[in-house]
Amino acid sequence: MRQWILVLLAVALIAGACSDAPPAVLSLATTTSTNDSGLLDAIVPDFEEQYNASVQVVAVGTGQAIALGEAGDADVILVHSRSREDAFVEEGHGTARYDVMYNDFIIVGPTDDPAAIVGTPTASDGMAVIAATESTFASRGDDSGTHSKELSLWKAAGVEPDPNAVWYKSLGQGMGATLNFANESGAYTLTDRGTYLSQSDALTALGVVVGGASIDENVDPALLNPYGVIPVTPDKGNINAELASEFVKWITSVEVQEQISVYGVDAYGQPLFYPDSEAWSTR
Amino acid sequence: MTNAYTLTHVTQRYGDRCVVDVASLRIRTGGILGIVGPSGAGKSTLLRLLNFLEPPTEGQIDYRGTSIGGDPPLSLRREVTTVFQRPILLRRSVAANVRIAQRIRGAASDDDAVGQWLDRLGLSDLSDAPVRTLSAGEAQRVALARALVVGPSVLLLDEPTGNLDPYNVGLIEEIIRSDNTERGTTVVVVTHDPFQARRLADRTGLMISGRMVEIADTDAFFSDPQRPETAAFLRGDLVY
Amino acid sequence: METLGRAFGDALQLLWSMDTDLFEIVGLTLQVTLVALAIALLLGIPMGAALGLAKHLPGRAFIVPLIYTGMGLPPVAVGLFTYLFLSNQGPLGSLGWLFTPAGMIVAQTIIAFPLVLGLTMAAVQGVDPDLPLQMRSLGATRRQIALTTLVESRIGVTAAVVAAYGSIISEVGAVMLVGGNIEGETRVLTTAIVLETRKGNFALALALGMILLTLAFLTNLVFHRLQVRQGGP
Repeated sequence: MRQWILVLLAVALIAGACSDAPPAVLSLATTTSTNDSGLLDAIVPDFEEQYNASVQVVAVGTGQAIALGEAGDADVILVHSRSREDAFVEEGHGTARYDVMYNDFIIVGPTDDPAAIVGTPTASDGMAVIAATESTFASRGDDSGTHSKELSLWKAAGVEPDPNAVWYKSLGQGMGATLNFANESGAYTLTDRGTYLSQSDALTALGVVVGGASIDENVDPALLNPYGVIPVTPDKGNINAELASEFVKWITSVEVQEQISVYGVDAYGQPLFYPDSEAWSTR
Repeated sequence: MTNAYTLTHVTQRYGDRCVVDVASLRIRTGGILGIVGPSGAGKSTLLRLLNFLEPPTEGQIDYRGTSIGGDPPLSLRREVTTVFQRPILLRRSVAANVRIAQRIRGAASDDDAVGQWLDRLGLSDLSDAPVRTLSAGEAQRVALARALVVGPSVLLLDEPTGNLDPYNVGLIEEIIRSDNTERGTTVVVVTHDPFQARRLADRTGLMISGRMVEIADTDAFFSDPQRPETAAFLRGDLVY
Repeated sequence: METLGRAFGDALQLLWSMDTDLFEIVGLTLQVTLVALAIALLLGIPMGAALGLAKHLPGRAFIVPLIYTGMGLPPVAVGLFTYLFLSNQGPLGSLGWLFTPAGMIVAQTIIAFPLVLGLTMAAVQGVDPDLPLQMRSLGATRRQIALTTLVESRIGVTAAVVAAYGSIISEVGAVMLVGGNIEGETRVLTTAIVLETRKGNFALALALGMILLTLAFLTNLVFHRLQVRQGGP
């Protein structure tokens, strides 16, 4: 009797498994700020449906995302650190780098602006004043894309902030946590506009000091933040190369780029990202 | 003072149960009283009353001529001590356990006295041993040393050698006897073994269901019991 | 596998080279955890002992499950709770303890305290129930009985100390939220491990993990020696 039940169970399981093909899994490594913006939550389900896929988004620091790609623990990476992206491809970890979108960085600070830098057109000038006045500055301190941008701005300003200095706080945390810290402690910080917009309701003590109210008002080209998508090279073993390449094609397609261009407008009155894939730019 | 204790109409009740009901009992100073009887007869409860660990529900207990109320003075309480069937020792060395009796009384530790008693009980080699390494017999000997090191006037023992081997039984009985001889300690020993009572006690009493059925000089108790229950008990019948 | 090997090498090199950053981080880790432990012990042992001795306390049926629940508080939840209290918008914002070691100590004390309290209470309750009777028959006063009971439970109390310390030295949720992982100010071993992992420096993160384990092992060695000296196995 028991054997018959087991046989029936086995048949049912196999039948059930065969009825639909299980979704193919795509592992996407990206940065916390990209994920926190909510863009992926908004557009990825469409990809999953079209390609019968399940996209596992792993949101970590830029360094870790790239490390995941290098180790072959992700099929495709979506980050915003141009020099490191180029190195990734050059070293043979990725097949090629594709433009996806860009947004911008801004400097935010306490609403009473103790360093008096509101309206400074370039970020590095503003940061030079922050260093000179030793106003509290919160750094990501985590080798993220934002952190790299911050360091390049200090360099352009001719300043080398000492991590042991009292005014320079190296946090080693994500953008959200860093903004909270800045809000609590009355500090200046460099942030991508997207994360700031999505949290601005809670950040009552902060305001934009350099970069303007929207990307149109941002006159500093150094604050541009381009994103790149790179499929991981298949020879790392266990890479879903086909699906990765479909993902790249999909996210750079005009339809999806259109979706990216309107994401955030309802909630914040402006988009959080600006599409700039090749397909979009030449449409 | 001929009588260490005089009990008059002493009862002890827990809820509805009457566990001890002794109309009259006199315990002679310096004597050894053995109390025998079946389990559940109230013998342990009687000992607790004698050690002032609980007040009787009714009746009067006179100790050394003074009527003892619910809360006897500390100095009086400390003249009486009990060795229970299960020796409750502290998680320390043997010597430390014997010393605790002195420390409780605020006396400075008298290492000589401790050493002597350990010697008498054959525990000198185990002086620094942790108690968890002791055998049952050794543990009970520690309990006895602890009880006697402060020289109590009254030594109560509740089944002191219940599960012990003959060597330990003999050693413990010998110490009780010699302490009684040397210092005139009043001893009350509850035992389920009538032969132990015959060996140790000069007077023996039989307790059944909380009552002292018969009490007499040991020789008379064993050779010429007056009550049928006593005779039955000594024959080995189950009495209750 | 290769990462593990590198991690081990990195750990030794960090220690050997007397890396000042590392020593700063280790120093702060010890400072925060030991102070939090000390406060938790000062409050928890007497209270736990009192609760253990008070066998007929009214409300026991409510208090005891509450303590047991406290023993299982998730550190990150405690961190969030402490953050909200110490934030500028919170009731204790004026203290200025957010993003400072003081705030971290507060959070870790909250985590450690129920463990000390509950385990001390259990240790005291676990003492032989016949001990008070035996002590009374030896002529002990009520105070002497209470003290003796406490000393009898010392092995269990030491275990409480070990458990509480283990819980706070290994947690990251509370110290990250309340401290902020600020380099040179509030960065401890656990938050440093998270950071290096986020940066993709797995070998270094592992090395820090090994150092943390070594630290925990060394402190546990000390605690165990104390336990043995008190007559434990």
